[in-house]
Order: sequence, then C-alpha cells, then structure tokens
Amino acid sequence: MSEKDTGRVLFTKEMKKTHTILVPSMAPIHFAIVKNVLVSYGYRIELLDNQGPSVVQEGLKYVHNDTCYPALLVIGQMIDALNSGKYDVDHTALIITQTGGGCRASNYIHLLRKALRRAGYAQVPVISLNLSGLEKNSGFTLTLPMIRKFVAGVVYGDALMLLRNQLAPYELFAGQTESLVQKWIGALSDGFAEGRGYKMKEISSNLRQIAKEFSEIPVGPKDKVRVGIVGEIYVKYASLGNNHLEEFLASQNCEVMVPGLMGFALFKTDNRLEDIRLYGGNPLKKMAVKVLFNYLTKMETAIIDAVKEHPNLIPPSSYRHTKELVRGVIGYGNKMGEGWLLTGEMIELVEQGFENIVCTQPFGCLPNHICGKGMIRKIKTLYPNANIVPIDYDPSATRVNQENRIKLMLSVAAEQMADRGKGAETNSVSTLPAPREALAAAGA
Amino acid sequence: MRIGLDIGSTTIKCVALDDRDNLIYRSYERHFSQIVAKTAELLERLRAEIPGSRRARLSISGSAGMGLAENAGVPFIQEVFATRIAARRMLPDADVIVELGGEDAKILFLTGGTEVRMNGSCAGGTGAFIDQMATLLDVTLDEMDRLAGQAERTYTIASRCGVFAKSDIQPLLNQGAKKSDIARSIMDAVVNQTIAGLAQGREIKGNVIYLGGPLTFLKQLRESFDRTLGLRGILPEDSLYFVALGAAYGGDREMDLGAVVEALSRHKSQRRFATIRPLFESRAEYQMFCERHQKASVPEGDLARHRGPVHIGIDAGSTTLKAVVISPDGELLRSVYRPNSGNPVPLVRDFLLSLYQEVPDLQIRSAAVTGYGEQIIRSAFGVDFGVVETVAHFTAAKKFLPQVDFVIDIGGQDMKCFKIKNGAVDNIFLNEACSSGCGSFLQTFANALGYSIEEFAKLGLFADAPVDLGSRCTVFMNSSVKQAQKDGASIENISAGLSISVVKNALYKVIRASSARELGENIVVQGGTFYNDAVLRAFEQEMGTEVIRPDIAGLMGAYGAALYAAAQPREASGILGREALEQFSHEVKNVGCGLCGNNCRLTVNLFSGGRRFISGNRCERPVTHKEADHDLNLYEYKRELIAGYRPVQGPRGKIGIPLGLNLWELLPFWHALFTRLGFEVVASPFSDRELYLRGQSSIPSDTVCFPAKLLHGHVQTLVEMGVKTIFYPCMTYNLDEHLGDNHYNCPVVAYYPEVLSANMPSLRGITFIGDYVGLHRRREFPQKLTAILQKYFDGITAREVKAAVDCGFAEYEKHLRDLRERGKWVIERARAEGKRIIVLAGRPYHVDPEISHGVDRLITSLGAAVVSEEAVSCYVDKFPTTVLNQWTYHSRLYAAAKYVCGQKDMELVQLVSFGCGVDAITTDETREILEAADRLYTQIKIDEITNLGAVKIRLRSLFAAAGQMNQETEKNVGEGAGI
Repeated sequence: MSEKDTGRVLFTKEMKKTHTILVPSMAPIHFAIVKNVLVSYGYRIELLDNQGPSVVQEGLKYVHNDTCYPALLVIGQMIDALNSGKYDVDHTALIITQTGGGCRASNYIHLLRKALRRAGYAQVPVISLNLSGLEKNSGFTLTLPMIRKFVAGVVYGDALMLLRNQLAPYELFAGQTESLVQKWIGALSDGFAEGRGYKMKEISSNLRQIAKEFSEIPVGPKDKVRVGIVGEIYVKYASLGNNHLEEFLASQNCEVMVPGLMGFALFKTDNRLEDIRLYGGNPLKKMAVKVLFNYLTKMETAIIDAVKEHPNLIPPSSYRHTKELVRGVIGYGNKMGEGWLLTGEMIELVEQGFENIVCTQPFGCLPNHICGKGMIRKIKTLYPNANIVPIDYDPSATRVNQENRIKLMLSVAAEQMADRGKGAETNSVSTLPAPREALAAAGA
Repeated sequence: MRIGLDIGSTTIKCVALDDRDNLIYRSYERHFSQIVAKTAELLERLRAEIPGSRRARLSISGSAGMGLAENAGVPFIQEVFATRIAARRMLPDADVIVELGGEDAKILFLTGGTEVRMNGSCAGGTGAFIDQMATLLDVTLDEMDRLAGQAERTYTIASRCGVFAKSDIQPLLNQGAKKSDIARSIMDAVVNQTIAGLAQGREIKGNVIYLGGPLTFLKQLRESFDRTLGLRGILPEDSLYFVALGAAYGGDREMDLGAVVEALSRHKSQRRFATIRPLFESRAEYQMFCERHQKASVPEGDLARHRGPVHIGIDAGSTTLKAVVISPDGELLRSVYRPNSGNPVPLVRDFLLSLYQEVPDLQIRSAAVTGYGEQIIRSAFGVDFGVVETVAHFTAAKKFLPQVDFVIDIGGQDMKCFKIKNGAVDNIFLNEACSSGCGSFLQTFANALGYSIEEFAKLGLFADAPVDLGSRCTVFMNSSVKQAQKDGASIENISAGLSISVVKNALYKVIRASSARELGENIVVQGGTFYNDAVLRAFEQEMGTEVIRPDIAGLMGAYGAALYAAAQPREASGILGREALEQFSHEVKNVGCGLCGNNCRLTVNLFSGGRRFISGNRCERPVTHKEADHDLNLYEYKRELIAGYRPVQGPRGKIGIPLGLNLWELLPFWHALFTRLGFEVVASPFSDRELYLRGQSSIPSDTVCFPAKLLHGHVQTLVEMGVKTIFYPCMTYNLDEHLGDNHYNCPVVAYYPEVLSANMPSLRGITFIGDYVGLHRRREFPQKLTAILQKYFDGITAREVKAAVDCGFAEYEKHLRDLRERGKWVIERARAEGKRIIVLAGRPYHVDPEISHGVDRLITSLGAAVVSEEAVSCYVDKFPTTVLNQWTYHSRLYAAAKYVCGQKDMELVQLVSFGCGVDAITTDETREILEAADRLYTQIKIDEITNLGAVKIRLRSLFAAAGQMNQETEKNVGEGAGI
C-alpha cells in the first residue's frame, strides 16, 4: 500500500529539527534510557507522564470504548497532552510501537490516527516504531548503531528494574536504591551520547559494575511476601495502566518481581523461528532471524552472569529455561500478544520463589483468555503452591475491587509462608517441587 | 473478648465472642453507605451493652471495610479468607462453600486442594443483581422467593449482568410471561452465573455449604442450586455471620474500642474523588436555560370541548406506557404517561375507556401504536397501524423542528438516536445489550438512595463539584458511586455526576460521537429522561451546543404515532369500541410449539373476541401455520451443507470434531481429509442451550465471547458420545484470500483448543489433538501434518496424508464454491422477485443457530433475502482500509461492505458477538466503508441470549430507512401475529 493511500502525515527530515516527539511512558526505567538515546541522535523527545482522569476521558471520547484499555490510555494520554497547551501542536509529533501480530495491538497506530483526526489534530505526524518495516518516515530512520543502543537500553533497564525490585524493599537507608538507579540512568545515557556502552564488552562490564554496586546496598532481613507480576505488556509495566500496582504491593509488605523486557524481545524474535518450524518457511529468513536471536541471547546471558556473581541477588530466568518450563503446558505456536511467554513467566516466577502472582490484563484482553486466565488452572495442577490472582483493568474497574482481590491472594500467601515457616526456616526456593517431576506426575 | 465486623457492600454484620469463644452478640443491619458513622455507632453500642468490651481483639473484614480498617488502624482480614477461617473451625466436614453477598460471589473449595475463588469485576449473579430484578418485577424479595416456588417453567436469562437480564426480562413481561416463571428463571440465572464464573472446571460436590444474605433469605435460590448441582446443600446456623466470625477468630490484636471510635471520627474524609465542572454556575444561568427550553411547546386543546375527529397514538415502551389523543392538525388533546409494571394491556384499556366515558361519541379516525409492546397492543385492541419507533420519533421531531437532522431519544431502558438525511431516517444507533445511561439507570440509583427520580435529578442542578463517574455499565457504576460516597461526595454531586454519565454513555458508547459537528446542526432531544434538566444541561455542555427539547419530550413516540395515524385517516378506526372494551378479557397460556425441532416455548395471549398474540416463537410458523420459505436464506443452506457431513465408518476408528468457531468453515476440509485417511469423522451437533450448559463449568474466563464458550459444550458432548480422540487444531494463520495485509485468525479462534485441553477435566483419558497447523502453507502442510498424526497414530504414511490433504482442499473449495453459487442464485431470485437482499455479515460460526438466534430467519420473515459475507467478498479486490486489515474473516467483512456499496438493493447487517474485542475495530471500519458511499450501517450485537424484539425494531427501521418497506411487508409483520 502506498503512503498516499493511507493519507498519513509523514515525519520529514525538517521536522526532526522543528518538532518535539511525545513518547507515551510504559516501563519507566527502560523508557528513560531509551529516550536519552533518541536525544543523543538529535531528536527532541518528551516522555509523557500526564495521568489523572482526563487521560481516560479523552481515550473514551476518541477511541471505541470496547477497545483494549492500553489503547484507550495511550491515545488518551497523547490527546490529553496535545490539549494541555504545553506543546505547540503544529510542531509536535507522536511515536508509538507497532508489532504486526495477530492481536488488536497492531492496530493501535491506526486507532491513534483516527482519534487525532477526530480531535482536530490531523496535522500531527505519528511515527511507527517497528522493526518489521511496516511504515517508513524520512525524518525517522533506525540505524544499526541506534538499534544496538536501544537494545542495550533495554538490557540495562531490565537489570536496573530487577535489582531495584530486589533491594528497595529491604534497604536500611530509605531512598538509597532509587538514587543508585538514577545515578546509573544518568551515567549510561551520558555514555551513549559519547558512543560508549552499547558494545558487548562494555555492556558486560557495566552490568557487572551495576550488580556489584546494588549487591553492596545494606539491607535488613528478607522477610517480605514475594509477589510476581505478569500480564499484558502495558498493564504489566505501566502504573497508569495498573493503578500503581507495584506501589500498592510495596505498601502491603511485599517484594515484587517483574520479569523483564528482554524475554519479550526474545519471544517475539523466536516466534518467527517457531513459525518456520511449525509451518515451514524460507531458510534464508530463518538464518537472519537466528542471528538476531543469538545476539539478544548473548545480551540476556550478560545480565544473568553479572547478577549470578552475587549470592544475595536472584538472577533472572533465562529465556531458554522459561521456554523449557512451558513444554507440555502450552504450545510454542501460541504467539499473539504475550502468548506462551506469559504462561512461562508465571511458572518461572513460581520456580524462583515468587509463587504469589498477579496476572494483569486489560478487561476482555483476547490473548489472555488463553495464555493468562486459560492456563491458571493447569499451572495450579502442576505447581500446587502457585497462588495466582487474575486482575482485569479497564476504565470502570474500581481500585478497591482490584485491591480486595489482591488482598485475598496475599492472605493465602501469608498463610503459606507461615506454614512453611513451621516446616523449615530455609528460604522459600528450596521448598519448590521439581518442575519436570511435577509435569510427569500430572500426566502432561 | 473477640469482636469481628463484616462491612459488606450493603450491610454491616457484627459478632462478639467471649473468652471461651461463645457467641454472645450478633447484629445485622443495612448501612446505606454511611459506613463510617454506622461502624462508630455499632462499636459505641457494643461498648455500652456488653460488659468487658472496652478492650477486645477487633478485626474488620468485608469489601467495604478495607479503607476504613486501614484508617482506623484496625487489622483487616480479607473476607473470603475470613470465611475460610470460620468454616475450618465451625464446619470441619465441609467440602465446598458457596457464598453470595451484595456484590460478591465466592466459592471456596476446602478439601482436595484448597482454593478460593471470587467474582472478577462483574457483579452479575449477586445480591445486587437479585435486588435489581425484584425492583423490575415490582415485588419484594420475599414475594419473589414465594413466586419462584410456584413456577411452572423457566426462561433463559443472562445473569452476567443485571443490565442484560433486564433486556431479557422486559420483553418477557411485555409479552405476558408469568412473574412466577420469571422469578424462578432469575434464580436459575444466578446459579448458572455462579457456576460458570467460579467453578472453572472444578466440580462442586460433597458437603456443600450455603452462606451469605441471598442464600439465607431465598429458599428458592438454595433449591435452584440443589437442583443444578444434583445434591442437597446445607444452610448452617449463623449463615450470615461467617465472615464476621472469621474476622473475630482471626483477630490477634487487642484494641481499645474507644480509641477506635475516636480514630473513626477523625476519618471524616477529605474530598478525594475526581470532579467535573458544575452544570450551572448560578441560579440566573439556570433561569435562562429554562426560558429557552420553554419555547419548544406543543399546541394544546381540551378533549371535552373538542368537536370533530381525533387520532390516537400509543407508545408501549419497555417500562412506561404513553398515549395521546390529537386533533387532525396535531393539537394535543389528552395524554397519559405511566409506568406499565410489566403489563401494558390493562393500562391501554383503562385509557381508552376513560376517553369513551368522557366523550361518549368520540370519533376516532385512526390509531397507531409503536414501541416494545406494539404487537401485543395491536392484537389486543385492533389498533390500525404499527409504526417502527424510529419513524414515530422522527415524525414527532419534525413537528417541532422541520429541519431536524439528528434525534436522540433516551427512554426507560433504551436509547435511540438517528440522523436524518434527505427527509428520511438515515443512520440509526440503538443501545443493545446495555441499558446503562438510560432512564431506569437513574431511577435505580434514585430509589437506592431513597429519592424519587425527580427529586434526585433536581439535587444535581447546583452541585458545586459533580463526581466524575465515567461512562460504564450500571453494575460497575454501583461500585463507583459507593466509592464516591466513601470518599465523602455529597448526594448533590453524585446526582449531577450520574446525569453527566448518562450523557457520556449515550454520546461515547452508543453514538460514538466526539463532537456536536458529527451529530448535526438541528438536534432534537426527547424521551422521558430529558425531562431531567440536569441530563439536558449535561448533554448541551458535553456537546457544546444548544438543542431543542419539546415540552412533551416523554410523549414523543406516542405523539409521533398519532401524527402518523392522522396522516392516514380512515372512515372509522378499527380500534375496540366502548362495549368491546368493557367485556375485554386477557388470558395467558404457555405451550410447547412442537411444529419443528426447536420446540419453542410459546406464550399465547388470548383476548376476548378470539384475537390472540403469540410470543416466544423463533419463526412465524406457529402464527401463520406455514412453513417459512428458507430458499432465500443462505444461512439455512449453509447449515444444510454442514449437516450433510455425516460419519462414514472407517478402519481407523472414530475421530471427533467439535463444531464451533472456525470449524464451522473447516469441517468440510477435515471431514474429507480424515475420512480419506480411514477415520470415522464424528462432528458434534449444532449448539443448543443444553449443550452450552453441559460445558459451562469448565470455562476459565467469563469475559470471553459466547461462540468460544460454546466449545466447552461441544467437546463435552463428544466425550459423552463416547469419542476417544478429538481433533481441534490451533491455527495462528487462516487461509490467505488476498483481501488483506495479513491473514490471521483472531487470538481466540487461533488458540481456543489450548483452553479446552487445559481446563476440561473430562478430557482425561481422551486423546486431544490440538497441535498447531498451517493450512496457509499448502506446500509444506502435508509433511507437517504427517509428523503430527504420526505422534498419535501408528502406520500413517506421508503418501496417505498427502492424498488426504488434496482431498481436504478439494472438498473445502467445493464447499465454498457451492455456497457462493447458491449465494448468486439467491441474489438473482431475490432480484427477480423484487426483494431486498441483506448481507448478514459475521463470521462463519455465526451460522450456528444458538449464536445468531434465528436473526437470519427473522430477516426472511420480514420479506428479504439473506446471504453471508463470504458469498460476496469474492467479488472484490483488495482495497486500502484505514485500519490494519489482518484477519481473514474480517477482510471478508470489509470486502462485503465494499461490495454492498455498489449494489442498490443490498444492505449490510453486521453481526457482532458481545465480548469480541476485534469487533471494536471492525465495526467502526465497516461503518466508515459504508458511509463513505452514503450507505446505511446496521449492527446487531448478539450474545448468549438475544432479544429478538430489539433486533426486529432495528431491522424494520433499516427497511423503513431504505425506503423499501412496502405496505405488504408492513402488514405481514404487524398483523401476522394477530390473526
């Protein structure tokens, strides 16, 4: 389809100088680093942090109300920002990711454009951020070094998020963990601007340094309830989407684990290999994808290796391992949305001692009917100590209702913790069943 | 001493135990959302009445107690957990607990792996739902329980949401169904909802305990559970107090009650709710607003003094009856507006009698009736004309504003909006399957808070900071309102917030407009809800425009019907005269139809003079005693084709295929393939209600679409038929028909086999083949399929599979070709007969009679021909769309819309499954494609249950709008039922 046909407004080379690009926020640490990468390439970038009821209102006004909540929020947030008067709307552009999968999410960009037309912002160009060549703009081209910096940004983001979640709940000096996170966001961004920090060697050494510094944060006894968060990618990470879930859990005396973005990146890459394995396909394409997959795997390994050096830290589960965990539970062909990875992350969390899990999804999320809610029963059969609560998010779901259900899950968690305390005083990891045996026992 | 408080959504329960855990005090009272005050009062009372209660181990539980406990520093115990604590102590033999509360439903499995489940964000099937239904039936809860005990039959009612149930029940009431039967149907609906939503594949058996208000107070509800579960559950003593008892047992911190009361008094909450700007800044502004609207007044006359002929218009709406008498030039001589309490017939009789009494020689020249009760009233009283509601409202609106181009009517539980183009009704929006934002919505809240609707609405006019309640369904709104109350919002601000949310719901959910420009320049608002100045003001504010509200806003349907009648005067109206009215009788009978396999339960209304009216029928056969003409119905043909794929015995044994979702399209493919391989292919039968219920307990996600839920029943049926191998593959990709940018299946269609295999206990011991296959890669497919089949069967060779695959594709292509040729034939014949052609566009599985509920037959009974989307999508080349066109089935939909644009005698009607996330995108796009070519877009939402009455209105409006509704069809529709 030619660009004229779609009638979309292009982001031209000139606009790079004249326009400010607004970026919706999702995972705050990751996005802060990635934003700085774009800034170092001369783009004028602003991360949106507007919240409040007007965001949802604008979303409801301009997007079909039965569309998924993330679309409502992201589009609402953008239009709310354009309405705010903070930006010159004739010199503002928007950016949004586009995946091209079988889920509704691939249509967000089109819904955004529709919404902009209806809201009277037809002149605002929308940039599609995708790696599949879906849409092109002369003023915004991804170069290889840029992509490598993005990837590195995600790697660092994953590491910082992981370590912050592990240490902040127990830190003896309030705020110490967070300031270390901020210090590193600054340092890494500065490095990128000078062309440092995105090559494999540099990444490894940075990660080792990061792990070391976090491991040295003085902490108290690790006695909190361990809770994992999985779900549809937006409501999983974005506090705007999940009613500040992480903060709520922290207030309920929990230590939170949120599996990182690298798993998702590997999953999306691996899907192409799985497609070829399941249905057949071009061997050349397979090789090219394989190269990318190996590159990402190396990055992931670097995080694991760096964290593993410190016995007081829990390294993230490797993609390969997670994939192995779902064998026999759900098919590898299940790739729309978070697909089998979501199921895998629940099992991986159980295995890591985070058997209390909040499975988040937008109300009526199509893939999660299958890989989220649809798999909970099976996971519980395989891992009887799994304690999972599915929570739906949408504009009308009330926070009280959600928190009440989470509290039920936490009550069960506290009870399990007490029972375990009676048996042995070792930490929770040792009481886990071996997953393969459990699978075999369940006859899967 | 131990004290436990259970603060639920509607009541506070309290228990006190002495040091030996004897129950020494208990209380149960409604809190009317005054939670803080009531709790403080209760604790004060305890302190005064019970010696030694100054210090006690105090805990709070309950959904409404959470924030309060936190603020007062009292330990909080989650209520389901509290129930479990209590049950473990008091009922050590219990296996399962079913507990229903005000807004919650819970099931606790205590033995064989403890599990606790509670309903998600939906309050369907709970106390609030039952309360709503009692209000709708106009009975108390006790009466409802008693009525349910007298029931003779049950109807299917959706209890997922009170709003849905309302749209099921209202037509039943209007059609004369008995309250007792409906009462039991409501109980059954609650039971089904609880089981479908919470059991999730785990069997409820053993010692079952019933707890909570509804199950304590309603004996028939317990009976309903017993019947459905096939056991006798136990209602223990203190069944209301388990949560409170659990809180008491679980408490571990001794507290000073006095200090707690003090902490509560400090809890006076600060304003934390989100607000919107006020409706009016000042009284003066309101005054100006009122003066402006007073201009839109109807000319009035006095019936007693009127000489000459008159015309009558009746609007038998869902909750109210409106009727008017007018002079030939439109002067309003008499009007009534009253709630119909479920049966409009006696009200119409009283109205007509009162007219004859007042003016014995009244010359009624003609009469017309519109609204939900159109048919029954027409049959009962011999009214001359039946008018589609949209036409009636447009006729009335024109009288006030000849150049009107947009009409919005918000009534009791329906909302109608339409655009006017070239003097005809053009684009119709109806609220379907959702009545939030209608009159009854405000009414419910007004009543719940102890006000009349008029008083309640007035309160909001000068609210300083209306609460922002969003725009969603009534049940959700309930929790939002409660939350706002907890946060200290005043009743005034809540009232204003509700009025605003009515408008937002209409604008953004139903009409999907974002500005006044999109509606039109000359807007008339009507319907009883607009009498409410707060709603009217909110509408003008939200759209930033001024509109016309006729002073008879609530009577516009009746007034329009009267004008319609006046335009077609007769010598004398056929409406019943005084004598006939005085001897009028009305009797209701329930019978089974028995004329075809559907065996519909018919409600037969018999009126004096031998007139009768039948409802509950899915076709016209019991009415006309003629077999419907199915020749021009491609859906019917497709069902015949699919039913023709019968098992052929083969050496490799039976293989079962569940007939659901994409298998409706692919059965020909797999049937031919497996038959060729020597399997006996057994498909599950077409769906029906029973089949659905058979599988409902294993559905893990209650918000997934109904077509997907049905598959649980299909697989269960196959298992019960003794099939040992079931084949239902996952398919990320569909076949590529080159109409779109990609050719995916939607996530649910693609992966539902995974859900079945993970959640259906009955699949133990069954070989379930749910592997991933890719028919879109035809070249590699045989080899991939060989590998899959070899995992399950010995001795299958690649060569065999290849030949079988060829067979499969050949059959698939033949099937599609057959269908398309027949489609062509239907179109040609319809054209020869001058019939309108409806492209009923959905997905292949919408052909299932339990999914489309006979919409196709309804269309043919209205005199049009029906073809499906794939019958015409093949005549269109790929074209650009504004959304990513990436699902094969939906590409057909867009293509069909495009095709219809070029065919003058065709209209597209889109079938949308409730809960289909993909359709949130496709409906807007399909509408755009059609509107770009100045064509009408019609959407029908279908669900577990469909209210065909509403569908009929919509279709008739479409026909009327398309200008093709000739007199004859009109006659068939209107009189068919009355013969």
